[in-house]
Amino acid sequence: MRWALIIAAAAPVALATPVLAQTDPPAMQMPWPTSPPQTQPPAEPGDQDDADHSQMDHGAMDHSQMGHGAGADSEVGNVPAPEPPADHAAERFYSADEMEAARAQLRREHGGAIVSSIMLDTAELEFGDDETSFHWEGEGWIGGDINRFVFKTEGEAHEDDVESAEVQALYSRAIGPYFDFQAGVRYDIEPRSNRAYAVLGFEGVAPYWFETTGALFVSDEGELSARFESSYDARLTQRWILQPRVEINLSADDIPELGVGAGFTEAELGLRLRYDITRTFSPYVGVSYETTLGDTADYVRADSEDVAATRFVVGVRTWF
Amino acid sequence: MFSRRRLLHGAGALSAGLVAARAFPAWAQTHAHGLQSTLSTLSGEDIALTVARLHLNVEGRAGHAIGLNGTVPGPLIRLREGQNVRLRVDNQLDEETSIHWHGLILPFQMDGVPGVSFPGIRAGQSFTYEFPVRQYGTYWYHSHSGLQEQEGHYGPIVIDPAHHDPIAYDREHVIVLSDYSFLHPHTIFARLKQEPGHFNMQRETILGALTGRDPPLSDQMEWAEMRMDPTDISDVTGSTYTFLINGHGPADNWTGLFQPGERVRLRFVNAAAMTIFNVRIPGLPLTVVQADGQNVKPVTVDEFQISVAETYDVIIEPREDRALTLVAEAVDRSGMGHATLAPRPGMSADIPPLRARPRSTMRDMGMDMSSMTMAWPGSPEAAAQGGMDHGDMSMRDGANAPQVRMGPGVQSIAPMPVERLGDRGQGLEDVDHRVLVYTDLEALEANPDTRTPTRSLELHLTGNMERFMWSFDGERFSEVTEPIPFRRDERVRVTLVNDSMMAHPIHLHGHFFELLTGPDGKRPRKHTVNVLPGGKVTFDLTADAPGDWAFHCHLLYHMHAGMFRVVTVRPLDETRP
Repeated sequence: MRWALIIAAAAPVALATPVLAQTDPPAMQMPWPTSPPQTQPPAEPGDQDDADHSQMDHGAMDHSQMGHGAGADSEVGNVPAPEPPADHAAERFYSADEMEAARAQLRREHGGAIVSSIMLDTAELEFGDDETSFHWEGEGWIGGDINRFVFKTEGEAHEDDVESAEVQALYSRAIGPYFDFQAGVRYDIEPRSNRAYAVLGFEGVAPYWFETTGALFVSDEGELSARFESSYDARLTQRWILQPRVEINLSADDIPELGVGAGFTEAELGLRLRYDITRTFSPYVGVSYETTLGDTADYVRADSEDVAATRFVVGVRTWF
Repeated sequence: MFSRRRLLHGAGALSAGLVAARAFPAWAQTHAHGLQSTLSTLSGEDIALTVARLHLNVEGRAGHAIGLNGTVPGPLIRLREGQNVRLRVDNQLDEETSIHWHGLILPFQMDGVPGVSFPGIRAGQSFTYEFPVRQYGTYWYHSHSGLQEQEGHYGPIVIDPAHHDPIAYDREHVIVLSDYSFLHPHTIFARLKQEPGHFNMQRETILGALTGRDPPLSDQMEWAEMRMDPTDISDVTGSTYTFLINGHGPADNWTGLFQPGERVRLRFVNAAAMTIFNVRIPGLPLTVVQADGQNVKPVTVDEFQISVAETYDVIIEPREDRALTLVAEAVDRSGMGHATLAPRPGMSADIPPLRARPRSTMRDMGMDMSSMTMAWPGSPEAAAQGGMDHGDMSMRDGANAPQVRMGPGVQSIAPMPVERLGDRGQGLEDVDHRVLVYTDLEALEANPDTRTPTRSLELHLTGNMERFMWSFDGERFSEVTEPIPFRRDERVRVTLVNDSMMAHPIHLHGHFFELLTGPDGKRPRKHTVNVLPGGKVTFDLTADAPGDWAFHCHLLYHMHAGMFRVVTVRPLDETRP
């Protein structure tokens, strides 16, 4: 059972493997012409390597008298490129220390920038049958293009009682054009089991622009669980955006203490309509359907609580 | 030691004075009579420039800017071929600055790129550039430090010929095109990293598909499958930019005066950080006489595209006593700069509406089949060419560019890039009037060097629009350890292959190169060339300027993201007999 669930838990990861591995995006369907071109095309300039000009002494040439033509179809030589020099020309005129410092800054300012972001993806009031709850989900990051520190948090509060609250601190590394590998720790502040987890996951953009996240969690009690999330921004207009969203949680273990059964534990389907007042501030309304599944649902029933709930949500998405 | 307090006080007093002075040099004042009647131009052998913060008035709203001698754009520097010039630059910013003399042939240590040609000019310090003026034409200058160029740190240079100017004209105006945002440039850069397509407010939508304004959803889904946006023409758009002409927003209506019947020379400089412009004067033909400061055989068009950092000189001959609108439309049609040319101040003409925004094509993905120049896969010709197999139209096949390091920064490799020197710029493919293309250009004077290149060099322009990473050959400058080496005076055929779906204006410092078009010996010489998406550009370069030189994409945020290299030319010492 445990191994079956590990496999099940890993399935979303496995599904994402082609994109994780960053194999090529799907080839475009090409409108192939019905017949090949009839004429021999002109030779590509620069591809002709057979001329040997290496014996020429270019240093001694008088350019103005060189007139042997450099037409597109003339033969370009294949002299090898010179070795890159080890010196820095500017150090002939300016102090080597100053130039060294300037070069370090040049590198920072041309590809080495550190950028950060804090996004509150959902901050919403959820209106259920008999109570109102507050739900949040956010993520921040800081770093360069490849290596980043990522912080995630999500949770839910009812009235003045925080029902669940988790934080994650992750190292993130870009492993392909669209996906990041993430590894780190998660800590559940609520419920009060105070579990800590090791996290191994991915985050990125799947084909068709599905924002996709998956993670495996191993708790300090040795329990294995997994989570898979995906959302899609359907652009109705430039500013009205309809976002369907799915989250699936799984557990490999039966954890009575947390009311979690082995297998699929919870699923959430959401549909949110947001309006980008600016790209960084978007109020939204929506509907969220949450359900517990399998043995987890049995625990919920045993507590005489609702297995599933549909809620209307009102919230704001903001980032800076 | 320097007194910071005194500096701040001085800067404050200066900027207060600048606001009162409207922050425009005379040639860029709202009504300009033409350069010959103004006095604000800086000339002579000793020129002083002060770099300081100021408030720029853009359409009635004050924004933060960096100006030179209190203006944005900075003063026109007018020199004469054959003179020497000393330019003293005082940095009154609280950060480092620099000035690069774009297109000027000068000793490398005067080129003004911190970390390449000199250490930069520290806050509160000054630096004196000194060099002989060896050329003439229209050029410009700008900061090469941080993102200062976006904040207004640029200005034009006009160098008059020592002797006869082959271009006859009665009056001239310098037209500096630029883009201004009230957002801080570091915020703009962060937004691009945080959210791809952040500034694009012209995306394809579901409503657009339903109303027929955008392509059908099935078509949109094909692009979505590839995680590419066909409307991603410009990274930073009119949603945050105001497009300026001589520092004036559209509502400010900069007006250049003329007398009907005059030959008016317009010297266009694209000093924008990120905006490629399509330029036209509805109802008036434009005769292009110079490109990047180099005279060309006159060619008459109705519109031309000017990529970032390029210059074009144009002759117009307005005969009627009426106003004309000068339109500089952003390539993605998210906005335009416009100005008026008129016989008298206070006039204006119709302003044409923005045209429909362009959409990327298969050709922009480097997979256009209709203009294939290579042998068909599987054909005998292909076998003869060494069995090239392009049957696999993968959009990211490293085998199509073996030199590119395939990492997270490379979103695509153009499978079949074609030479695009003869192509119109993006969005101009179908306009029904004459549009300038590079293959229209022919040098007026003979090329100085017509040797056959002794080797060829290919460089790939690579990027990932999802991560806003930009590079050459898949490597950002921050991770590159070696420069691109050249032997002094060697002639090299350089091919730039654009594997990305955006145009890149590529600029080589300290040199001009000859585009591989036009008759032998009369090829157009450029310092900056716009490489269209999915296309190639080939030029011949004589590496005749010893030293270290910057080589980069002139889209400011692409450069800042890593699309930058150092080019070396060795030996430094004169070794010829």
